[in-house]
Amino acid sequence: MTEGRTGSMIVSNLELIPGRRIVAHYGIVQGSTVRAKHVGKDIFASLKNIVGGELKSYTELMQEARDEAVERMLAEARSMGANAVLNVRFATTSIAVGAAEILAYGSAVRLDEQ
Amino acid sequence: MADLIQLGVFVALLVVGYFAGSMIERQHYASIRKREQEYRDVLAFMVRFPFDRTTPQRAFLVYGTVVVSADYFKTFIAGLRNLFGGRFRSYETLMERARREALLRLKAEARRKGSKMVVCVRFETTTIASGWAPAMEVFAYGTALVPDDGSLRLPDPRDGVSRLLGDGLVRPRS
Repeated sequence: MTEGRTGSMIVSNLELIPGRRIVAHYGIVQGSTVRAKHVGKDIFASLKNIVGGELKSYTELMQEARDEAVERMLAEARSMGANAVLNVRFATTSIAVGAAEILAYGSAVRLDEQ
Repeated sequence: MADLIQLGVFVALLVVGYFAGSMIERQHYASIRKREQEYRDVLAFMVRFPFDRTTPQRAFLVYGTVVVSADYFKTFIAGLRNLFGGRFRSYETLMERARREALLRLKAEARRKGSKMVVCVRFETTTIASGWAPAMEVFAYGTALVPDDGSLRLPDPRDGVSRLLGDGLVRPRS
């Protein structure tokens, strides 16, 4: 899970942080990752498809992928000197059967110190 | 003979899919209802902005995700249904379960990090696999708020803001 202040970074899908002022804008930052499933998990998932329900291995995969995408986005923002990424959005595209691209993007900003 | 075996396997899969599938669905619904009660104190809102924008609050992104698949029986029924069109009831419950589960996981993460209010909740749905083994991902994300002074300011239902509250994300408190 992504911590609220990963390395003191603030991440939010709001356009503002209550009580804080934006002092600098750095533009759009993004992070993405393409993930495919493990063959063994794939076989298990297709068995699981007979009875239906949650495919836990895929849930974990997507979770890890999102964490990774957010982490990359934050790395880019950090390198610019930002201390927050606001207005974060996610997009997911399945590229091939069992492979998906997960994208996180947002606006890198600097908030005033509290 | 080989045809007969194939047919037998197909029917067996249908039967297993039907019984195991409905059992899993019932259990899942029971678990969802139970946890919705448990997480009643964590409020989720569709509104884009916090109700109180002036008090300094800690804000952070939270999300919940779930990948679900239909059982063999549901997939088969949906295949038949495709010929005639109309409502895919079997898939409707599947997606509903997934949405509620994703929202619950979002609330769970918010609570684990000390927040009781999530605003700007958005849902996103992705097809991960289709055809005979369909799998869908439902992803819910939002911004969890923790007021610095510890007080949680809720909107007054008498002011206009309550009209903006969204889509059953706030479940009745009684």
